[in-house]
Amino acid sequence: MPHPKYARHPRPVKLKAVIPRLRYAGASAFLFLAGCSTEVLNPKGDIGAQEKSLILIALGLMAIVAVPVIVMTLVFAWRYRAGNKKARYAPNWSHSTAIEVVVWSVPAVIIAILAAITWHTSHTLDPYKPLASKAKPVTIEAVALDWKWLFIYPDQGIATVNEIAFPTDVPVNFHITSDSVMNAFFIPQLGSQIYAMAGMETQLHLIAREPGTYAGLSSNYSGAGFSDMHFQAIATSQQGFDAWVAKVKAQAKTLDNTTYEALAKPSEKNPVAYYGQVSPGLFAGVIGKYMGDTPLGGQCAGKQAQVAALPSNHTHAKAAE
Amino acid sequence: MFGKLTLSAIPFDQPIIMGTLLMVMLGGAALLGFVTYQRKWAYLWSEWFTTVDHKKIGIMYIIMALVMLLRGFADAIMMRTQQAMASADAAGYLPPHHFDQVFTAHGDIMIFFMAMPFITGLMNLVVPLQIGARDVAYPFLNSLSFWLTAGGVVLIMASLFIGDFAATGWLAYPPLSELKYSPTVGVDYYIWSLQLSGLGTTLSGINFIVTILKMRAPGMTLMKMPVFTWTALVTNILIVAAFPVLTVALALLGADRYLGMHFFTNDAGGNAMMYVNLIWIWGHPEVYILILPCFGAYSEIIATFSGKPLFGYKSMVYATAAIGVLSFLVWLHHFFTMGSGASVNAFFGIMTMIISVPTGVKLFNWLFTMYRGRVRFTVPVLWTIGFMVTFVIGGVTGVLMAVPGADFVLHNSLFLIAHFHNTIIGGVVFGCLAAMNYWFPKAFGFKLAERWGKASFWCWLVGFYVAFMPLYILGLKGMTRRMNHYANPDWQPYLIVALIGAVIILFGIFFTVLQLYVSVRDRVTLRDPSGDPWGGRTLEWSTSSPAPFYNFAVLPQVRQLDQFWTDKQDGVAYMRPNRYEDIHMPRNTGVGVFMGLFGVVLGFALVWHIWWMAALGLAGMVGSFLVRVYDRDIDYWVPAAEVERIERARLAPLQKVGLVKVALPADDEQKAA
Repeated sequence: MPHPKYARHPRPVKLKAVIPRLRYAGASAFLFLAGCSTEVLNPKGDIGAQEKSLILIALGLMAIVAVPVIVMTLVFAWRYRAGNKKARYAPNWSHSTAIEVVVWSVPAVIIAILAAITWHTSHTLDPYKPLASKAKPVTIEAVALDWKWLFIYPDQGIATVNEIAFPTDVPVNFHITSDSVMNAFFIPQLGSQIYAMAGMETQLHLIAREPGTYAGLSSNYSGAGFSDMHFQAIATSQQGFDAWVAKVKAQAKTLDNTTYEALAKPSEKNPVAYYGQVSPGLFAGVIGKYMGDTPLGGQCAGKQAQVAALPSNHTHAKAAE
Repeated sequence: MFGKLTLSAIPFDQPIIMGTLLMVMLGGAALLGFVTYQRKWAYLWSEWFTTVDHKKIGIMYIIMALVMLLRGFADAIMMRTQQAMASADAAGYLPPHHFDQVFTAHGDIMIFFMAMPFITGLMNLVVPLQIGARDVAYPFLNSLSFWLTAGGVVLIMASLFIGDFAATGWLAYPPLSELKYSPTVGVDYYIWSLQLSGLGTTLSGINFIVTILKMRAPGMTLMKMPVFTWTALVTNILIVAAFPVLTVALALLGADRYLGMHFFTNDAGGNAMMYVNLIWIWGHPEVYILILPCFGAYSEIIATFSGKPLFGYKSMVYATAAIGVLSFLVWLHHFFTMGSGASVNAFFGIMTMIISVPTGVKLFNWLFTMYRGRVRFTVPVLWTIGFMVTFVIGGVTGVLMAVPGADFVLHNSLFLIAHFHNTIIGGVVFGCLAAMNYWFPKAFGFKLAERWGKASFWCWLVGFYVAFMPLYILGLKGMTRRMNHYANPDWQPYLIVALIGAVIILFGIFFTVLQLYVSVRDRVTLRDPSGDPWGGRTLEWSTSSPAPFYNFAVLPQVRQLDQFWTDKQDGVAYMRPNRYEDIHMPRNTGVGVFMGLFGVVLGFALVWHIWWMAALGLAGMVGSFLVRVYDRDIDYWVPAAEVERIERARLAPLQKVGLVKVALPADDEQKAA
């Protein structure tokens, strides 16, 4: 029996109004997780928030078919058990056009709605898409090494190992590559991950809305030291970020080709390290050395601008499509 | 002389491996001793190893699959134990070098050497019987396929004790699997064991396509084929289309490793993304290769035990075919995070979710088969209902990950691990065990004991949920796959629960083994005298249990779907023909065994770069094949009198209960005269 109030006043149901409500349907399915404080469902940035919402909408939509199927399975199996002679037995019944139409069309309609959502969100959440913001983005170049992450801040002229920092409410543009096997760059609480591959540059655009220290990791297995290949991502205020940059800059260590070659050798459980100075164009050189360009040692300032603009990085990555 | 192989290849310093080796040697010695003591070698050789009988080959496939299930599960419980221990960067008991091989071997063994042989075994056992044929189209090729697969098993098991196995993950993505990053023989074992068994699988795929298309009983048009046979047909088409891609991808990787080429290396123009694409162009159809025959088995089971025809047979056939076609258009969803453009990701995401429509239709069809039926809760039905509930959850999480925006945070996480175990355990493993319980009487002539079968089912079902629901949560908590240890202590309680789940599944496996033991012990009381223990609908139940080696004394005539059911209704199911005819049968041959054996020699030699031995292995394979090619004595005739003797013995007890009718009374009059 429906509640009399709703029975008397049936409200017109609009799709636009229904879809956000599906969030709650999906959310209820995940109620039991509420106490678990899961990182992915507790995002701290726009991309992560949109992805959380997408997950819940998709789950809610699918529940429309999935829940009845599970319930019907159990109910039919019980109701039509061999011992229940009261239930009707139709030993030759095996076709009903009406049922066939329903079972093909209802899932098809739900998938059509989900497909439209998928098309839309695949574009809005494209990791390569820069985020709209008035603030000037921070650029971070990430290099996956065996087995640590090297981060270069080209605009600040600094580099770090296994730690990054950036201001909240400012878009962060990641340029990502690998100088070894395939890895994946992932900060679960901020959203999307993307592969790091040698000789190619992938991109990721994230923004943090809440200050905090978030776990970052490689989410693609890369060999013996993989389990320790994690880093910290510190989202802080502008002042905090400036102080962090100053702290790194104060370090006497320089990341040039020689120190880079030493760093790139396989090592495990690397502590956080800061480099107050970094040779310009190092990131482009790491990519370029697999592209038949000048070997890393032969880099010079003039060449780097050229390499950095390397259109082939992009087309190369896209070539696999 | 021995290439890279030295005595140091045997890991004497690893107590776990040496302990296992000791157990394997003791167990093996006990088994060999027992067979020798019982003087069963000649019997094994002439009745089993050299057989070309599809039923016996099917049984051997399934025995192999069950043995490999134990190995793969041992790997699983080792991993679960390690992860339950290694919290807050504690080391646990498995160092990465060992742990990484364990998870790689677990995946490869479960897919290539457990699930595939199980499915192939079921198709072997059932398809010829369901279509009213006397054997497969190419009986020798069938034996060869089995022994090549067995050769792959031998190689992958050898890697445990001699050298090492790949530590790359089950698909051996380059550049990690290239010589630069994986210099040991592990990846070479991977390549050659999969090449050997993959060749067997491809040949078996060709065999079954021809069998199903050309050897159906008179009158059995495609749309009168049992659903299991339909799913087998689509699966084998997928095998023939997909497995060559795997063969080529592994050959190119082999060329990189052996010949210094650069297909997938970082440098010199290689592109690892090409391998990732190729491997998934095989890999996604592969999951449908595994699940479709299980869908077929569920369909047969639910119809039989509901006492009704399958609801929406045509829908089921079209849904199966649609899944088959679509399975080739979705591979990119395994790497949305590679940086393809938004439109490419969206296309593959949408194609993936479209597959859920025919899959959903199948679920509804099973539901409406139970509707207004008389459902008997036998062991196969329990597995089927457990599957229907579990698979829906796996399907939902699968479609969720088909949305690229959602996959960006779920990819490679334990959520993914939970998802595919949800579909592969809940779909394939449940399906294989359901099918084993269902068709066991046809293979051996007695039923499996219900009690331990039910115990096994409940342990597997509960164990599955306890083991994998925590992994869904851990995925949402940002835990990625293949971690040897982890810093975040929040994850540990979930991993301990998951370990408990794995232990419950262990009991499930134990009860299956116990069920087999008890059933063999009580085989007399469990005997199936009629050949139709469940009230079956399809042709395999019309012949005796176990089926005679020629399957059908007289080839059945088919006029409609579920012909045997109709025949029973009309009282003409057990007709004694007026006259038996000579039956043409293939002769057993040991060539398949020898080719498999030389295949192992070839593969082992290639792994260790022992070139003379590789040449010997290859020459042995080609030589054995030539022997077969020039062998003219490959078939024989079973005299009609022999057939009649066997059939009379079989029909006598049925005659007593008045089931048997005689086709032409004139026949008996002649006999009386």
